[in-house]
Amino acid sequence: MATDIIIHDKKDNVGVVVIEKITPKQDCSCWIMEDDSTVDIQSLDEIPLGHKIAMVDLNEGDTILKYGHDIGKVVKSTKKGEHVHVHNVKTKKW
Amino acid sequence: MEIPKSFLGYKRENGRAGTRNHVIILPVDDISNACAEAVANNIKGTIALPHSYGRLQFGADLELHFRTMIGTGCNPNVAAVIVIGIEPKWTKKIVDGIAKTGKPVEGFHIERTGDIVTTMKASKKAQEFVIWASEKQREECPLSDLWISVKCGESDTTSGLAANPTVGNLMDKLEPLGVHLCFGETSELTGAEKVCATRGATKEASEKFMNTWNAYNDFILKEATDDLSESQPTAGNIAGGLTTIEEKAFGNFQKIGNCKFIDVLEPAEEPTKGKGLYFMDTSSAAAECVTLQAAAGFNIHLFPTGQGNIVGNPIEPVVKLTANPLTVKGMGEHIDCDVSKILSREMNLSEAGDELIKTTLRVANGRLTCAEALGHKEFVMTKLYRSA
Repeated sequence: MATDIIIHDKKDNVGVVVIEKITPKQDCSCWIMEDDSTVDIQSLDEIPLGHKIAMVDLNEGDTILKYGHDIGKVVKSTKKGEHVHVHNVKTKKW
Repeated sequence: MEIPKSFLGYKRENGRAGTRNHVIILPVDDISNACAEAVANNIKGTIALPHSYGRLQFGADLELHFRTMIGTGCNPNVAAVIVIGIEPKWTKKIVDGIAKTGKPVEGFHIERTGDIVTTMKASKKAQEFVIWASEKQREECPLSDLWISVKCGESDTTSGLAANPTVGNLMDKLEPLGVHLCFGETSELTGAEKVCATRGATKEASEKFMNTWNAYNDFILKEATDDLSESQPTAGNIAGGLTTIEEKAFGNFQKIGNCKFIDVLEPAEEPTKGKGLYFMDTSSAAAECVTLQAAAGFNIHLFPTGQGNIVGNPIEPVVKLTANPLTVKGMGEHIDCDVSKILSREMNLSEAGDELIKTTLRVANGRLTCAEALGHKEFVMTKLYRSA
């Protein structure tokens, strides 16, 4: 099955869309690079190439993990399958 | 893939090898640009390197200016140099610095003579140099004569997923073969700085890295009027899906693969600890960073991009790669190596690394990069603070 989303690390709670875009209610196949495994997710939003999708429900204050590392904090609660970007995640630096 | 053991380069007087054979006209200062450009216009096959600085600088900022000027002239991709400045003293200082390599270099100053007579005298010498350089032939050079610098730009999430790890794969394969490698971008390691520090080959290298990053971060905290989120990530990064500086930093950091850095260099400082990976304290602005790496003696540059940065350098060929299929489709004339098949899992990282090694060697052997063919010659001096 073709890959729609790539996840760097098993610990990550976000994945990256690698097709031109995914549409709401699309059943997507996710490839986890770290252990070459596959998981499925249904999207809730339209998400363009390169943008992130929440792999789990995220609450305000949660840490976003990508590459297995902390890349920022959730500032607006986000459901599994929703778009994750500057509207709901902010840096912990500066 | 069996990696070739050699490439075809230009052997220089000091034992280094070039991937290019440029004769450059180097202005010492901003007001000598016109004369340098006139000489380059007169004498075909030479290139002028105009820039904005070189007057009334002092202290560390002036030292960096001289280091960049002299280093640019010393780069093995340069066969011979004409230096033109307003005053004799600083002109001579740069000429003397470049002359240590043994390559032909001559300086001219404009004060008391004027642009026209200086242009005439410098043009005569430039013609002599370019005809001399045109007889230089490429010869077989060991792979370890490659000094490879890297910097990414207009990054998006495809950079961290695929294009940057492709560069990392190349580093993992070429480092054991004795090449020099260099990464920089102090600001864009923010968020990954502690992880990056653990990649120092020695305790000393790790500490030097943290001191460098802390000094940079203190400067940002002192000068910033907002939280920097207008600048880092950039609008292009955000359009490509990058959300925070931390995310950008961990993507950036993929470029060094599993290598450890053996030393931390000042901007434009030539590495002296032999083969291996170096970190250089640089800006993350593409042209500034590549200019500093070229001035440190690096002779070929690898530039992964996501959304499509188009930077080039006058003396160091800049090889672009991308994993973003939309960038390949929309601006393919800027892309030397397409690794977008990684995203569709039609290509793995090792295959992509091999492709990049092949492209790198073809460019080292003389194939023009996209940026060279398009005339990209961005030469941008780094300025540390305002002049006196």
